Amino acid sequence: MMTTAYKSKDLATMYFIVATVLFGAQLLMGLIGAVQFLYPEFLFEIFDFSVARTVHINALVVWMLYAMIGSVYFLLPDETGIETVGIELGKLGFYVLTVAITVVVLVYVFIQIGPAAESTIWLINEGREYLEAPRWADIGIVVVVLIFVYNVYATAIKGERTGIVTVLMADLLALAGLYLAGMFFVDNISVDQFWWWWVIHLWVEATWEVFVGGLAAYGLIKMLGASRQVVEMWLWVEVAMLFGSGILGLGHHYFWIGTPEYWWEIGALFSALEPLPLVAMFVHVIYDWGKQAGKNGSNTINNRPAFAWFVMNAFGNFLGAGIWGFFHTLPQVNIYTHGTQFTNAHGHLAFFGAYATILIGMFYLNLQSKNGIERMRSTFNSKMAISLISFGVMGMTIALTVAGYGQVLVERAQMGATWDAFFISQQAQWFVQGMGWRLAMGIVTIVGFVYLAIDLLSISKVNHEKV
Amino acid sequence: MSNKIVSVWTDNNFWKRSAAWITGFSAILLIWLTFDTLGQITQGTDTDMQKDAKGLYFSKRIPSATVINYKIGYEYSDKRGHEVPTINGKEKFFGRDDYSEEEAAALLHLGKLGSQAKNCMNCHTLLGNGAYYAPDLTKAWLDPKWKLMMAITQKKTREEAMAEFLQHPSKYPTHSRRMPNLDITAAEAKGLVAFLKHMSAIDTNGFPRNFGKKDITLRERSAK
Ligand code: HEM
Ligand code: HEM
Ligand SMILES: [Fe+2]
Repeated sequence: MMTTAYKSKDLATMYFIVATVLFGAQLLMGLIGAVQFLYPEFLFEIFDFSVARTVHINALVVWMLYAMIGSVYFLLPDETGIETVGIELGKLGFYVLTVAITVVVLVYVFIQIGPAAESTIWLINEGREYLEAPRWADIGIVVVVLIFVYNVYATAIKGERTGIVTVLMADLLALAGLYLAGMFFVDNISVDQFWWWWVIHLWVEATWEVFVGGLAAYGLIKMLGASRQVVEMWLWVEVAMLFGSGILGLGHHYFWIGTPEYWWEIGALFSALEPLPLVAMFVHVIYDWGKQAGKNGSNTINNRPAFAWFVMNAFGNFLGAGIWGFFHTLPQVNIYTHGTQFTNAHGHLAFFGAYATILIGMFYLNLQSKNGIERMRSTFNSKMAISLISFGVMGMTIALTVAGYGQVLVERAQMGATWDAFFISQQAQWFVQGMGWRLAMGIVTIVGFVYLAIDLLSISKVNHEKV
Repeated sequence: MSNKIVSVWTDNNFWKRSAAWITGFSAILLIWLTFDTLGQITQGTDTDMQKDAKGLYFSKRIPSATVINYKIGYEYSDKRGHEVPTINGKEKFFGRDDYSEEEAAALLHLGKLGSQAKNCMNCHTLLGNGAYYAPDLTKAWLDPKWKLMMAITQKKTREEAMAEFLQHPSKYPTHSRRMPNLDITAAEAKGLVAFLKHMSAIDTNGFPRNFGKKDITLRERSAK
């Protein structure tokens, strides 16, 4: 069977390529920010921390969205059994989005800020973390995403509608709809942040997680030959648990932004349940692996690098989102840790563990299919990439956690969170050392990325079993 | 692998329906809570404020922009078990304490726009959300540091010192990490200070805890 015949998979490749480039850009920007923590004069008033950080986190969100769209275009023909409907429109959407994003990044980098006027929010920078994209770009993004959602629906209606496709259909609609909650300006900052969290939290802790559940289900069937019936049953259980905890878990962001006290209880209760589905997902992957290996022995896995990243996802999601998230999710703890390097530690391991990993796995699945490889083996570069990137991000997370503890104790618990309290905590020896280790581990991560990029470019030329 | 259903626990349709019900129920609950919360976080009016000024506490979680006409505090409340913003009579803001609702709202609007246009949130946190490169701004208006900054900027009032600092931040370094110049005009600075003053009067359920209780500026000075 030549799966490459599908145009949908070519479109997926286009999305994956841009995603990889943006991932590299993200890391470079992070590095600039990490250097500035230690040497604040670096690029001062030329390319300030706020600029580097804006591009760092925007590139992050955008490369993940690209990789997610790519993943759907990739798996849709396998699931529905037909070519994706509206592929030409999808291509047009891809070019429009890519041009728009290039312009947005150039404006972030060269224009950076504007006067205090609506025009700045429309044309330059919206100035709301993660949602910095100016309004014109928001509208463009919505249009392109609508095309994408239309294509998915039209294809699913025409072809076969598996459990995985059904989950993705509902999930993508919610994911796209939520973006609208972040597209207006208000003077009232509490109302602003209330809706802002609808996008951020209900993305990463509800709709994106369910998306990952869908990808993991697809991957297990594709790579291990796991039983669809069992995998899809697990998927529905995961959807129930993820949405059941994640939707009201939103309350853990409503402790201190002006919203009423009842969110303490609601946020604490439901967000404390959020790690449970992550445990379930972890168990699911490891269980299926063991079960299939029991049947077929060592030949179980037909794409080793992809599978390694999927397993890393099961671990990383549980650790970064589940454990590091739970650390600070109770209001008794969060009143001290809220908005510190501790938050940052969690942000890194969660985004990496839950999303970067499985999406990189999808890159490898795509390469395998594109080049008609029956069984894809890991190369030296594949192994260096996954080891160095995972070790680097874990190292950064630990460094930030230590620095975060120092910051919380000194700035928050001891000195009461003022301007001076902040800087005294930042100058404490353990904090500075933490920042040093973060930089070192960031460099390890980037070296790992270089291996990844080389591997993605060269792995299909290595001697694999061809179809 | 047969598709025979052995028990309801292995029945995909059962789990599918459960997922739909749980999701629907959570979503409805969230929407209901959203209506309640939005009601509680709509901004108060100047009339509320004038009534509140007779006592110590704000009756609205998010007060009217005319809060800039008043002196704001942040005190421990026995009833609430944490600190809450307090209102302590009138206070001049750039020489006036009679801003009308419209004037005050216009200043707040300019300030909020400015906070986004200058991308404050990618160095600072506001209400604890944002970046961790610079101090939290939730209660920045109440920061004891401004006493020292008034001397450094040679201004007589806190608001003037803040406005001066915001216009030329890198001229007044306090630590090796400086705030960059963001082309903030005098008018924009005034709006930003109004925005910060208003934010310090938002009821944040006691975040940050013990704010300014350790006045390091004064302690350092007395040590000298
Ligand atoms: C070379 C490696 C990296 C370096 C040096 C780096 C550095 C940084 C820096 C300096 C910040 C700003 C933190 C602050 O405001 O104090 C940041 C934020 C962030 N980075 Fe990275 N980063 C790297 C890789 C990554 C990766 C791989 C991910 C995820 C896949 C990631 C996700 C994030 C997120 C989500 C934030 C915002 C965190 C928050 O607001 O809590 N970064 N990073
Ligand atoms: C893959 C899933 C997740 C991702 C990608 C993620 C990412 C993040 C990021 C980036 C932030 C910082 C937001 C900011 O910049 O202000 C954050 C905050 C937070 N996350 Fe998560 N998170 C995930 C799951 C979880 C889970 C499962 C929990 C709880 C069990 C959790 C608890 C929290 C809490 C309490 C905060 C607020 C921290 C603060 O007050 O500063 N997260 N998350
Ligand atoms: Fe959350």
